[in-house]
Amino acid sequence: MTKQIIVPFGPQHPVLPEPIHLDLVLEDEKVVDVIPTIGYIHRGFEKLVEKREFTEYVFIAERTCGICSFIHGATYCQGIEQIMGIQVPERAEYLRVIWSEYSRLHSHLLWFGLYADSFGFENLFMNAWRIRERVLDVMEQTTGGRVIQGSCKVGGVRKDISNEKLDEMAKDLDTIDREMKEMTTVFLNDDTVRHRTRNVGVLSREDAYHLGAAGPTARGSGVAIDLRMTGYGAYDRLNFHVATESCGDCYSRHSVRAQELFTSTDLIRQAIRKIPDGPVDIKVTGAPNGEFFMRSEQPRGELVHYLKGNGTKFLVRSRIRTPTLTNIPPLVKMLQGCDLADVPVIVLSIDPCISCTER
Amino acid sequence: MGFFEMTKTALRTVLSRPATILYPAQAAKRTPVTRGHIVFDGSKCISCSICQRKCPAQAIVLNKEAKSWQIDRFRCVMCSSCVDTCPSKCLSMDPVYTAPASAKGVEVFTITYVKPPKPEKKEESKT
Repeated sequence: MTKQIIVPFGPQHPVLPEPIHLDLVLEDEKVVDVIPTIGYIHRGFEKLVEKREFTEYVFIAERTCGICSFIHGATYCQGIEQIMGIQVPERAEYLRVIWSEYSRLHSHLLWFGLYADSFGFENLFMNAWRIRERVLDVMEQTTGGRVIQGSCKVGGVRKDISNEKLDEMAKDLDTIDREMKEMTTVFLNDDTVRHRTRNVGVLSREDAYHLGAAGPTARGSGVAIDLRMTGYGAYDRLNFHVATESCGDCYSRHSVRAQELFTSTDLIRQAIRKIPDGPVDIKVTGAPNGEFFMRSEQPRGELVHYLKGNGTKFLVRSRIRTPTLTNIPPLVKMLQGCDLADVPVIVLSIDPCISCTER
Repeated sequence: MGFFEMTKTALRTVLSRPATILYPAQAAKRTPVTRGHIVFDGSKCISCSICQRKCPAQAIVLNKEAKSWQIDRFRCVMCSSCVDTCPSKCLSMDPVYTAPASAKGVEVFTITYVKPPKPEKKEESKT
């Protein structure tokens, strides 16, 4: 039997944007087992819910994650609205979809960059982030924040987008689409990318399902699961199809995300076409009394906000379950049997967002 | 086959202007709605302390006796919740970010608002 050695990977590692620690058990160059450890950036957001008014907590809920911040805020607001039985104006629902999809675009483009960086394709990394900058500019022009938008509130949204600006955004999307097409062609066809990602970190459909994979990780293995299909917000009035791949390797996962980029721009265009005129918020009175599980689709998969109120201004309990947490067991499965040199690519392929995971 | 897939993009990038700007020689991108920093106007503040209660980061402290309004710029998360809820509109959001500071501290402003005297009631003549 070959001698086993343990190589620590992280929490500080050039390829990791956020701290997670993996103990890689190696036999020669092969990884035979992985022991993940989290707990480096726990901030106690769930406890903070007892100390802040429920209308103010939305700003804290948004700061759970620095990438999919808007979706966290929107999910929290939708949960509170469900408890209180508030019907938000239709325009606000559409605006939430527009911002959610923009944040999905920006998250995926950021991930594409980091992913290219993980296999050493620096030029592609910068290219992805240059396109992302366009998306961030639109975010800043419409909400006032590049990454933390702060434009969602209980009962609607805080800012309206004028119809002229919406038309301008639709035009800008064509440029973004063209540039993304050029970028995804490299990801899907280039030999160096293919060589590093094909048949690397394979996760079978059964494993993806039983280990609770979420989002593109599950869809890359052929599990067509997308919470947007449940039709929360304005998604029930928009048409889109869920992109899936069947191979379950790193290539499938980035291929799914590449298709999702175009699904997002298409959803934004549809929303811009269908958005009705009218108010963007309604006045909220009273306090939430009851509990609700709000589920929504983050760029990384299914996000769950459990909220419980007792009729006061302060919630009793908030529980956030993020997609990266459920993607760690599938990650361990993927890493078993891979080469040490492929570990960074596989870890990045689930799009780990550790700040979300630890709240 | 996928050789030289990146060539077209790379060539165009070489021949075009850089995507980045030479900050600080060139001014940073800014929009009218950018949340830069909170501006306080002491001449309008009615000391209601709603901003202090609505601040999710607890960055604002208002002292009614000392007539002072203070903000910890390091705690402030620029959510502009206080600006939205201020009844006397003495708070506003400026699109320019605050300059880097070498030490942590709070900024204290004096409230100079003077309550206008109530108009005297006209004495009704008893008939």
